[in-house]
Amino acid sequence: MPTREKVTTKETATGPSYAADLARSAPTTELLRELVAHLRQNRTLLREEWVARISEARLLTAMTKEEIFNEATSVYDSYVEALETGTFEALQAYARNLSERIIPRGVETHEVVGIVLLLRDVLARSLFAKYQTDFEKLNRILDAYEPAANRIANTVAVGFVQERERVIRQQQEAIRELSTPVLQVRERLLILPIIGVIDPQRARQLTEQLLRGIRTNRAKVVVIDITGVAAMDATVANHLVQTVEASRLLGATVIVTGLSPEIAQTLVTIGVDLGKMNTVGDLQGGIEQAERLLGYKVVPTT
Amino acid sequence: MEVPILKQGPFLIATIQAALSDADLLQLRTALVHQVVRSRSLGVIVDVTAMDVMDSFASRTLLEISHMIRLRGADTVIVGIQPEVAFAMVQLGLTLEDIPTALDLEEGLAHLQQKFQTAH
Repeated sequence: MPTREKVTTKETATGPSYAADLARSAPTTELLRELVAHLRQNRTLLREEWVARISEARLLTAMTKEEIFNEATSVYDSYVEALETGTFEALQAYARNLSERIIPRGVETHEVVGIVLLLRDVLARSLFAKYQTDFEKLNRILDAYEPAANRIANTVAVGFVQERERVIRQQQEAIRELSTPVLQVRERLLILPIIGVIDPQRARQLTEQLLRGIRTNRAKVVVIDITGVAAMDATVANHLVQTVEASRLLGATVIVTGLSPEIAQTLVTIGVDLGKMNTVGDLQGGIEQAERLLGYKVVPTT
Repeated sequence: MEVPILKQGPFLIATIQAALSDADLLQLRTALVHQVVRSRSLGVIVDVTAMDVMDSFASRTLLEISHMIRLRGADTVIVGIQPEVAFAMVQLGLTLEDIPTALDLEEGLAHLQQKFQTAH
């Protein structure tokens, strides 16, 4: 039975390799310990070397020398600790905390990755210097050091990017909350000024707000002003047409104002059916037409 | 469930009070088309405030009611479409093209009265 034979070979194969792993990992921890001791001993020297390299490479220009030195000290200690314990949670937390502080000051991703890589290089150089006589040992030390160092660099970079993404998400949320007001300017006349980019989600929110506004204000005419909208794609344009039709089903007439020349051209090129839409050049014209529809007449008092 | 049809001056008002089956809708159509001439009405208001769902059959029937009543010499206004229903209808392409619509019964009556006044 060839199949079973195969399976058995496989099993026996995994056994020794696992044992070899263990055997190899024991000296690895020992080497790491030696490495950590070395880094602790030369802490001041290596840290200064690192800071010098940072300013040489013109990284972290948004921060003062003193700040860089303080951060460098903390990063160095966390780095050595991560090497020693093999756990990255503390370093990750520190990276996130650091990102939180330096992102608002305009520190870029390449700078953060750059300084961590510099630290890795500085430490590696010091190892070369220390073990230059014992090539065999240097090799094994580097074997232990490199994966850990790379993982640390990875952790810090990921932490920074995650923090950046969190900030971006937060800002998007804030923009969404600002949203668009539905305003009543006269009895039974609403205006809906739209500013900024309309994505499908915002478009849906706008429609909901408008339809609800029509009902609560008992509006007869709605002026949607899109002067502040730079561009519009087919999906959003269709959504706008649908909003106009839905408003009509609630008994309200919609006037769209402020279509920019670009949007007008795009819409015609795309072939969106705007035939059912009532459009006026600017907001003032739109409000004047709405007043006519509602039977208002504005006359000067003098 | 039968839909009550009330006479209010020169207008007929049909208020739908619950979700209707297809048969009920057809029954409403027949009743309105008959009564509009019998009561010498000028306009008909169909109030759909209570309808949470408007499927293609319902909106087609409303369209038919409107067209039939026009042939019988009166106007139709659909009133009380809910915001959610309105948007769902438009997404399904059910826009009730040429039927006048109004927010609620009061608006519908005002619309017909205005039309009636300008016509005479």
